[in-house]
Amino acid sequence: MQSTTLLQSPPAQSRNTVGFLSFDQVSKSFPTPKGPYPVLENVNLTIEEGEFVCLIGHSGCGKSTLLSLVSGFQQATSGSVTLKGEPIREPGPDRMVVFQNYALLPWRTVFENVYLAVNAVWPKQPEAQKRAIVREHLAMVGLTEAADKRPDQISGGMRQRVSIARALAIRPEVLILDEPFGALDAITKEELQEELLKIWTDHRCTVLMITHDIDEALFLADRLVMMTNGPAAGIGEVMTIPFDRPRDRVQIMEDPQYYELRNHALDFLYNRFAHDDD
Amino acid sequence: MVTSTRTRLQSRPKSVVSSIQEFWQKQGAGLLPPILGIAAFLIVWQVFSWSGLTRLPGPLSLWTEQRTRELLLYPFYDRGGLDKGLFWQTLASLGRVAKGYTAAAVVGISVGVLVGTNDWLNKATYPVFQFLRMVAPLAWVPIALVALQQNQPAAIFVIFITSVWPILINTTEGVRQIPEDYNNVAKVLKLSRKDYYLNVLFPSALPYIFTGLRIAIGLAWLAIIAAEIVMSGIVGIGFFIWDAYQQNYISEIILAVIYIGGVGLLLDRLIAFLQSKIAPARK
Repeated sequence: MQSTTLLQSPPAQSRNTVGFLSFDQVSKSFPTPKGPYPVLENVNLTIEEGEFVCLIGHSGCGKSTLLSLVSGFQQATSGSVTLKGEPIREPGPDRMVVFQNYALLPWRTVFENVYLAVNAVWPKQPEAQKRAIVREHLAMVGLTEAADKRPDQISGGMRQRVSIARALAIRPEVLILDEPFGALDAITKEELQEELLKIWTDHRCTVLMITHDIDEALFLADRLVMMTNGPAAGIGEVMTIPFDRPRDRVQIMEDPQYYELRNHALDFLYNRFAHDDD
Repeated sequence: MVTSTRTRLQSRPKSVVSSIQEFWQKQGAGLLPPILGIAAFLIVWQVFSWSGLTRLPGPLSLWTEQRTRELLLYPFYDRGGLDKGLFWQTLASLGRVAKGYTAAAVVGISVGVLVGTNDWLNKATYPVFQFLRMVAPLAWVPIALVALQQNQPAAIFVIFITSVWPILINTTEGVRQIPEDYNNVAKVLKLSRKDYYLNVLFPSALPYIFTGLRIAIGLAWLAIIAAEIVMSGIVGIGFFIWDAYQQNYISEIILAVIYIGGVGLLLDRLIAFLQSKIAPARK
C-alpha cells in the first residue's frame, strides 16, 4: 500500500451515492439570541456497512453534534443524514448509543439494566430467551459475576462494559460511542479497546466512535475522520488506516506506517487546525 | 461496670438493673442532652406559672387537676356524643387526615407527573398553583363549608387542599430533574410508557416525591386542628381544644396540645421510615 493512497482529500463522493450511512451536505446550527450559531457546515461522509469509523477533533468542533444527528437526538438544519437510504428522524434502538457517562440506571442491577433494553426491543420474545441474551452479553464483557450488583457497586471500567453489553445485546445496525474510554485509566482502557475490537470482529456492526486519542483510533478504526475547528466545523480529512485485521497492538506500533499516520494526524490537530484558545 | 462484666463471665441471665446500666452506657451520651433540655423547659414553664405572671397553668397541673388527670389516665373512655377519651378524639382527627392526605398524595403525584412531563402544561399551571398554595388552611375553611355544606367532607377537603401543593410541586420538580442521560436511554430504546414510568421516572423522582409527602403530612396535621376548631360539634382533637377553651379548662388544652405534638412527630417519623424503606438515600 502506498502512503499516497492512504490519505484521502476531503470526501469527493458524488452527492447521489447512497451508502449505508451517509451525510449529504449536512449543516447544523443552533438558534441563539444573537442569531443562528453554526456548529456543522457542509458535512459529506459515507460510511459502509460494518465499517469502524473514529472521529477526532478539538473540543467544540461538533463531533458530538454529528453523532447526535445519527442517533436522532438532533436533526440537521439542512442536508440529510440517511441510514440505508432512509432519513433519520428520531432516536431508535437500531442506532444504539454508548453514552459518555455510561447512563446506567442506578436503581437497577447490571442484569436489569441490560434486560430493560432487550425487553424494550423484543417485548414478545419468551422470557427465558431474553434472559439468555442478557447473560450471553454480560459473559461477553466478562461481567457474569457482577450481574446482580448495582452500578454504584462496580468500577468505572465495569460500568462501561455494562453499557457496551447493553448496546450490543439489542443488535444495533450502528453502534455509536461518544468518547467511551475517556474517563478510564490506561490499562482498563486498553483492555476495553481490545474487547470492543473482538466483539466488533464477531458481530460486524457499523461503529461510529468519538475519541481524543490518536493511538486508540489507529488501533481500532478503518477510517479516521478529522474535523476542523468550530464554529461551522466540517470534515478536514479522512484518513484510511490500512493495518490488517485482526490487529495486534504491538505489531502495528512496529509498523513504520503507524508513525507516519500518527504524525499526520498530530500535524492536522496541532499545526493545521491548532486550537487558538487552549 | 464490674458487676456487669462478672455476670457475663458467669453467663447468668442479666438482671434488669445491669441491662439498664448497659443501655445507658451505650446511649447515655446521645439521650442526656434532650432529657435535660425537656426538663429545663418544663421547670422554666412551671416556675413561670407559679410566679403569677400568667394565667397559663404549669405542667404539673396536668396531674393536679382532676379533669386532666382523668383524661390522662383514661384515654379510651367513651360516654357517647362528643364526650370521648383523647384516644378517640385523636383517632377521629387522624381518620380525617388519612382520607384527605391519601387523596392529596394520589392527586398530587399524578398531576405532578403530568405537569412535570409536559412543559406547556407546567408553564400554564405554574401561576395558578403558586397562587393557590399560598392560601392558608384556615382561609379554605369557609370556602369548603360553602362549597360542600357539611362539616365532615369540608374538613377532609381542607386537609386535601393544604397538603396537595407540596406533593404536587415536588413531584413536578422531581420529574423535571430526571437526568438527561436517563431520558436519552429511554428515547433510544423507545421504552414503553409503562417501562419508562417504572424504570426511569418514578425511581428518579421518588426522593423529591417523598420530600413533598413529608412536608405535606406535617401540613395536613396542622390543618386538621385548625379546621376542627372552626367546625363546631365534631369529635376530634381540634374541636376538643376549642371546647375546652370555651369552658375555660386550660389544662385540657395543654394536654391536647401535647397529644397533637406527639402525633405530629409520629406521623413525620412514619413517612421518614417509609422513605428509608422505599427510596433509601443514594451515595
